[in-house]
Amino acid sequence: MELSLVIEKFILITGIFAVSLVVAMYSTLAERKVAGYLQDRVGPNRAGWGGIFQPLADGIKMFLKEEIIPAQASKFLFIAGPSLAILTACIGSAVIPWGSNIRIGDRVVDLQVTDINVGILYIFGVVSLGVYGIMIGGWASNNKFSLMGAIRAASQNISYEIAMGLSIIAFLMVTGSLSLRTITEQQHGFWANGWFTWYAFQQPLGFLIFLVCAFAETNRTPFDLPECETELVGGYHTEYSSMKLGFYLFAEYINMFVSSAVMATLYFGGYNYPGMDWVNATLGPLWGPLIGVAVLLLKIFFFIFFFMWVRWTIPRFRYDQLMNLGWKVLIPLAIANIVLTGVWITAKHTLENSVSIF
Amino acid sequence: MESLSNRKKVLEQKPLTFMERMYLPAILKGMAITFMHMFKKKETIFYPEVQREFSENWRGMHSLKRDEQGRERCTACGLCALSCPAEAITMISAERKKGEEHLYREEKYAAVYEINMLRCIFCGLCEEACPKEAIYLDGPIVPADYLRKDFIYGKDKLVEAPLQS
Repeated sequence: MELSLVIEKFILITGIFAVSLVVAMYSTLAERKVAGYLQDRVGPNRAGWGGIFQPLADGIKMFLKEEIIPAQASKFLFIAGPSLAILTACIGSAVIPWGSNIRIGDRVVDLQVTDINVGILYIFGVVSLGVYGIMIGGWASNNKFSLMGAIRAASQNISYEIAMGLSIIAFLMVTGSLSLRTITEQQHGFWANGWFTWYAFQQPLGFLIFLVCAFAETNRTPFDLPECETELVGGYHTEYSSMKLGFYLFAEYINMFVSSAVMATLYFGGYNYPGMDWVNATLGPLWGPLIGVAVLLLKIFFFIFFFMWVRWTIPRFRYDQLMNLGWKVLIPLAIANIVLTGVWITAKHTLENSVSIF
Repeated sequence: MESLSNRKKVLEQKPLTFMERMYLPAILKGMAITFMHMFKKKETIFYPEVQREFSENWRGMHSLKRDEQGRERCTACGLCALSCPAEAITMISAERKKGEEHLYREEKYAAVYEINMLRCIFCGLCEEACPKEAIYLDGPIVPADYLRKDFIYGKDKLVEAPLQS
């Protein structure tokens, strides 16, 4: 491997890390602001202009708080829990294509850390690893309420992963590829052959199932049962304090960012937007793709806002309702979606063939 | 059984229709409502800069009053301390010396008068008990502080400012 490639990837990885961390940081502020605005309040507005330094203040507060490790807790696992949670949250962004190739001089820079051909599977693997952070943390606390929260989180995530995987199978039947780069390139532009190219318009049911499952996977309302003050004191992080608690909360926001990015990439065309060919032709091979990156970020921000909007609109499910929805509604729906997609693809195929016969 | 008052309402719980069981229409409706709230007028009052208007009989911080000649009205009878259900008030009385007539109205006065604002429940019983109309709860909100000892307010904070001649 040449040195320049290593440097290029290093810069890219650092950039993506910085972006996802800053976005997660400001999601905490955005969440409170959105909550305020939806409830006719204004949200935090004292630290800096309009509360712009609030995340920094929160972070400093978190770092300065006393760190408590319960006497009976398993020390290693107690620290490993939040570390694992934030680690798995961070590595999910590696396979997401942030933009089309940039050409600087003779060099073509790929705006993606790595284009592995099983991109979606990688994301699924990382997402299911995220449960371990919560599970280990809840178990290591040596507290029944924490364990209860962790069990809730684990069973919920496992249940909804099945529906998510099944919704993705129908999606893969349409795309025919697992590589996120290929999937994004298939959604080029906005309109082709008399229909939208974005997969949300070809797989509306699949997108809906994926969206609901994404809410469950990130432990957001209406599926935020692992954190529950009324029943569980606090949830899986009851015993946590200081920055270890901060890492758990932060991991949730990074997860939100990554799953927003995945949804934008899979179903809403990633860095594609209407009229991108014209923009690329006028602005050249450097600025054109960068606008694509901005468009992708806009889509991600919309999804993050959507997450918050839903959170401050609807109350949470009861646990049996949650399990009912996951097992008795979403999984059958996802299977039905697979059948429907199969029928649709076959019908389309036969129709095209018969047209060529006539 | 037939209702005699004719006001009884029988509530029928119908099973949910398919649209209702889908949740989605209701969720979308709710989201539309919350989205409209984003553009409504905000209810927040920016407290230190803007103060909410209080009602006439609002009870805030205590003040020890002076009479029309600028003398302290309090005679340290201790009725306020006696009436206080939270036992927030203490005082030490002293006799008025010659030449102090312009400072204190009665022959006895409170040399030390302390109210513990952490104990006070702002019930206003001290105000009602006072025979000399010396104490009123007509001040602002008691401000926050860092130490418990700073919440014990002495005469320096409680007594009204002297009259401007």
